[in-house]
This record gives sequence, structure tokens and C-alpha cells, in this order.
Amino acid sequence: MRVMAQMAMVMNLDKCIGCHTCSVTCKQAWTNRTGTEYVWFNNVETRPGLGYPRTYEDQEEWQGGWVRKPNGRLALRSGGRIRKLLTIFSNPKLPSIDDYYEPWTYDYDNLLSSPQSDTFPVARPKSLITGADMNVEWSANWDDDLGGSHEHAARDVMLRGIEDKVKLEFEQTFMFYLPRICEHCLNPSCAASCPSGAIYKRSEDGIVLVDQDRCRGWRMCVSGCPYKKVYFNHKTGKAEKCTFCYPRVEVGIPTVCSETCVGRLRYLGLVLYDADKVLEAASIEDEHALYDAQRACFLDPHDPEVRRAAAEAGIPADWIEAARKSPVWRLINEYQVALPLHPEYRTMPMVWYIPPLSPVVDAVKDTGEDAEDRGNLFAAIDALRIPVEYLANLFTAGDTAPVDRVLRKLAAMRSYMRDINLGRDVDDAIPAAVGMTGEQLYEMFRLLAIAKYDERYVIPPAHAEQAHALEELVTECPVSEYGGGQQDLFGEGSGYPTPVAVENFRMLQARQTSDTLAAPDDKGSRVNLLNWDGKGLPDGLFPPRPDAPTQGES
Amino acid sequence: MDVFLWVIVPYLCLATFVLGHAWRYRYDKFGWTTRSSQLYENRLLRLGSPLFHFGMLGVVGGHVIGLLVPRSWTDAIGIDDHAYHLVAVAGGLVAGAMALAGMAILVYRRRTVGPVFSATTPMDKVMYAFLGAVIALGMWNTIAGSIFTLGGEYNYREGVSVWYRSFLAFTPDASLMADAPIGFRLHALVAFGLFALWPFTRLVHVFSAPLGYLTRPYLVYRSRDGRLGRSTPWSPRA
Repeated sequence: MRVMAQMAMVMNLDKCIGCHTCSVTCKQAWTNRTGTEYVWFNNVETRPGLGYPRTYEDQEEWQGGWVRKPNGRLALRSGGRIRKLLTIFSNPKLPSIDDYYEPWTYDYDNLLSSPQSDTFPVARPKSLITGADMNVEWSANWDDDLGGSHEHAARDVMLRGIEDKVKLEFEQTFMFYLPRICEHCLNPSCAASCPSGAIYKRSEDGIVLVDQDRCRGWRMCVSGCPYKKVYFNHKTGKAEKCTFCYPRVEVGIPTVCSETCVGRLRYLGLVLYDADKVLEAASIEDEHALYDAQRACFLDPHDPEVRRAAAEAGIPADWIEAARKSPVWRLINEYQVALPLHPEYRTMPMVWYIPPLSPVVDAVKDTGEDAEDRGNLFAAIDALRIPVEYLANLFTAGDTAPVDRVLRKLAAMRSYMRDINLGRDVDDAIPAAVGMTGEQLYEMFRLLAIAKYDERYVIPPAHAEQAHALEELVTECPVSEYGGGQQDLFGEGSGYPTPVAVENFRMLQARQTSDTLAAPDDKGSRVNLLNWDGKGLPDGLFPPRPDAPTQGES
Repeated sequence: MDVFLWVIVPYLCLATFVLGHAWRYRYDKFGWTTRSSQLYENRLLRLGSPLFHFGMLGVVGGHVIGLLVPRSWTDAIGIDDHAYHLVAVAGGLVAGAMALAGMAILVYRRRTVGPVFSATTPMDKVMYAFLGAVIALGMWNTIAGSIFTLGGEYNYREGVSVWYRSFLAFTPDASLMADAPIGFRLHALVAFGLFALWPFTRLVHVFSAPLGYLTRPYLVYRSRDGRLGRSTPWSPRA
């Protein structure tokens, strides 16, 4: 047994309202630079839909991930080492910018500078790649909320095999949102595809990162990743990917996407796993068994034997403790309601999803029946094969049994909790019907519905002896040296890397745990304009004038 | 003049080549990349890039044999001059034509595809000029010198190659080059210019040829501590 720790995420899809706040804040934090205009480390897809980049799930086309060879060994779908080196001069499976979308901005200046005319001046879209005028024809979420799905949705790769049953007429469609980040896989095919060995998995927390100093821009990782979550920065010529916000996670605060999630649907926590079992689990023959095989790699942090082995493997005590409290562990292995995204790619992904019950609930509601009644919901899960089969294509390589089980648990929780909320006697037959106890069902409800910040995000910080380096004190990063070097001569991005900016840990912590919006000690310099009655001049409304000694007659 | 051209200039270029790479690697690991433009345009690249690169691999291989293997060695294993030149000219022509055709496609692509053109740095343009000149002169020497024997018979294995080996052994004999035909002299001079430019262009990616990929394990684990230990780039520099 070789115990390793992995930072993992679970998303509860029932709570995703598709607001894209995670995508926008992630972009603001990480990819609002030239060269990454088209890059979304986090994106939210409407399903059924084409995804981003379009039809990325079609591995016959894109050749991402691993395949099991007849002799039982795993191989990269796009070919082994020699084949990679022979095709290195022109990657045969690289998505073009059109498969993502051509990024653009608007010519806002024209609104101000256009001469007077009879017609309104317009801000024309300009390509951020060529600078030329362009027609906006696609984007990262062009088919948001099933927009244009008459035309596009039928090309959704996950509908293959069930397309004859799916009617995409609007009255019969179902939809849900799928937020996606890098899966930080246990068996990452991007890392295996990298000729330079620049992509590595951190041995402490399993976060998969690209070493920007070692990346040589061969682009094999982009085609190697079946989720298409490694991107090529076309200005620096290097690969970039979701970093699991490691500078934040190292100081114990959640990723930007989790922190800003409006629906509070993301859970962060540690999972301990047995690294020796990963390859065997990933090479299992039956695709339907991959879900259980991956779960079997995870180690129970409550087992004293596992804890001892973890300590021997050098995992600090507070990390083992955090693994015990991990909401991710509970959702994956205790309640077994979280499922991996596309286990059939055999990369052992570590961002898991609780499939949405809402298509089922909506269908029951539309019939006018009671949508919180267990019998109705169970019957609907049995009857609504199309959503269930679609979900199974996403999360269990097409096996509907685990999806059925999860949806039944969610349905049982719904009707069990209604009895409690209405003050009725609880029906113990409900948890029994899904193989759980009433207490478990209640605890699961607590975690899914009302868990607080520190229950949803259990992140053990990196160790105190590293705190100085982690906080990036001013003495360590003179601003004048950022991005130094001959940028014009060698191309953009040459020179020293710009250090990752991490917000001051303590300042953030204070803001998250204090009751008021503003820290009390600087109240004197702040004015609340909402309750200012317009009379007098409160302190701090205007900067002090040199000739006026003091204000403050309000 | 001969000493200047065939001793001083080559060693200056060699020094720039070596020191330049050391400096670039230390200073600019982040800029050390292929600067691929495949994301912008794929159709022409698919054709031109493998053509150029495999052609260049052949050209480099041919030069290694032609310049570094002394005539006495091939004589010793019974390869006569005629057979040697037949193989060398045929191989050189094929590889050179591939490289030249590939480069023509790539330069055409670079000029006509908008995004690719705007991602071209001044160093790229200078480098292309030198690289194109070197390849063209090399082809000229092969075609005009070896096939049509314009300007008289010349066996580079008794002139240029010997000089090159003496240059690498730090006992340069400038007179050997001074007697070579003008095509060979120009080819060598422009090539040395290219070597001097090399560390300051995207050509550095040649030294990143990922041969280690053939032997390394698929999965790379690294410790965070190691990364912190290497965080020198933004610590105050002395």
C-alpha cells in the first residue's frame, strides 16, 4: 500500500443554475491575459449540448485518454512514445482555434469617435487573433440553455446510441448544467503525453501542473487530455491548465470557482488513495466496472490501519485529520452519490459529480403529480430512461444502474426531508428503500443543502515552515522585475515568469469569518452612502483638503 | 584576411553559440519554446512542417557524415569515391529539396496567414533570411558543384571537411578554406552567422528534442518543496 493524498472536488449538479459565475471569476483570476483569450479553465456547459471545445467527448475523433489493449495493458489512444515523436512536427489531433472559438472584443472607440450621422454608431466585433472585423459565430457557451439546439444538440456525442429515443422538441427536452474544470486525474494522460515531462502531479496533494519553464510547446498534452482541459497559450507558446488554484489551496482557502459559486454546489476535500492500485484499476476490462474500481482505490481515513500507513508515507497528521472530515470522501464513498465524469477515458478523474434529479422532478411536476412523493419519483426514475441513459453516458460509461441508485437516494432524501419539514412522522421505509439509515439520509441532506463554508471546504493548509514563501511577501517579489526581458525580440512572455499573485491569506480569512462587510478598524475612512441623508459632510466622503483642518459636522 | 574569415569569425560565432545558449537557458527558460502557430492554421503546417523538419534531419545527418567522417575511414571499409558521392549527392538532394520545399510552404504560410504573420518576431525574420540563404547555398553547392562541376572539380572531403575538423580540434588551417570554391565559402560563412544567431531565436527548440520521452515513466510526480526550492527567478538578485 502506497498512500497518497489528493485534493478533490465534488459538484452537486442539482444546484447549478448555470450562472457562469465560476467561469467568469476563474477567467478574471487566471486567463485574462493575451494568448489565453479563448481559454476557460472553468466552463459551464448546457447538456445536452456540444461542450467546449465542440464535441470534445468524441474520442474517435480527438483520440484523447487511454485505451486498454487486448493484452490488458493501457496505452495512450493517440499512440505511444515513438508515434508521438514522429508526429511532433505537426500534431495530427490538435483542435484548431475554430473548435474552441475565435475570441473577440468590440471596437468601443467608434461609439465615441464616430462623426455625427443619421444612424447610430456601432461597436463592431474585432477578432483578438487577427485584429480584423469578424462575425461572432461561436463561443464557449454558444448553446447555453439549449439555445440553437434544434441545430446543434443532435451532434452531442453523448446522445449516440440513444438518439432515436431522444426527441429534441422543446416540450420534451430536459437539460442541466455541467461545470467543468481540470479533473486532476490519478492517471493523467496529458502528463503521459508530454514529450518534455513538463506536466507533473504534485506528490503532496495530487494537483496536476505544467512546469512553465520546462514546457517546450509540443502540444501533445492538448490532444492527450480527453477532457480538453489543457490549453495552448498562443502568445507564450506554452501549455496552460487549471491549477486547482494551488496558491489559494496551499494557504487553506478554496479555489476561486468554489469560493464564488453562487449555488454553493462545490465541495473540496482530501481523498487518500492507494497509488499502487491505480494502474490496475484503470486497466480493468469492463468499462462499467471502472467506477467501482476507482472507488476501491480510495482508502478509508477512519481505518486505523490506513491512518498508520498514511503517517508512514509522510502525510502530516493534520492532513489525515482533514481527510477524515472530507466532504468529498463522504459523498463519494460513504453516501455514494457522486460519480466520476467519463470513467471510460481511464484517467481516473478526481472531480466528481452528483447527477441532477431535476429532470426527473420536473417531469413529475409537469404531470401535476406530487413531485416529492417517493413512489412518484421512483416510478419516474424507472420511466424516464432518456435522462438516465444520458447521465449514464456521462458518468458511468453507459451503465444505468449506478445512476439509478444515486437518483433514488436523492429522491428518497427529498421525500424523507419533506416529512421532517412538515412536522410529520418520518417514514423509515424511505431510507431503507435505498439502503441507508434515516440518520445517514439526514446527514447527507445537511451536507448537500445547508453545510457551512468550513464543512464544504475542508482544506488543510501547507505547512507553517513554508508560510513565508507562500505568502509572497513584498521583499520577495520586486514589482519592477515582473516579466522582464526582451519581449519584443524573443516574443511575448520571454524573460522571468510573473509570480502567481496570492491574496493575503490573513486578510481574506478575516473577511470570510467576520460578521461585517468592512473591517471595523478602518470604519473612519468609509462612508455608507445608502444611509447618508445628503446633509453635511461625513468623515471620509472627500479626501482631506490641505487648507481645511477637519470636517465632520454631520 | 583568410585568418580573419576562417579563424577569428568562426571562433567568435562558436563562442556566441555556446555562451549564448548558456545565457538564454539561465535567463529565459520561459521563452524557450517552439512558439508553435498550429493553433492558428493547420492545413499548410501539416504539409510544410514535417517536410521541412524531416528534410532538415536528413541534411544535418548528411553534414555530420560529410564533415566529421574522414575520407580515410570510408576508404578503409572499401567505399570508393564514386559510390560515396553518389549516395551523398542523392541523399543531399532529396533531403535538401524536402527542407527547401517545406521552408517555402512555411514562409508562404507565415506571410499570408494573418495571425501567423502577426506572431512573427523580428528575430524570426532575420533567422529565416539566414536559414534560407544557408539552405539555398548548400543546394547550389550540391547541384552546381557536384553534379555539373561548374567552376572545376572540388572534393570537399579534402578541403572543407578537413578544415572543419581542424577547427573543432582548435588547430585551424585557414588555407584549406581559402582554396575552396566561392559557393562553399559563402555557405560556411552564412552558416556560422546562423550559429551565432541561433541562441537568440526560436531555433533553441532544437536542443529540446524530447528524446528522454522514450525512456521516462509516463507519470511524473514532483514535490511542492522542490518547486519552492527553485523559486529563484523572483528572489532579489545580487
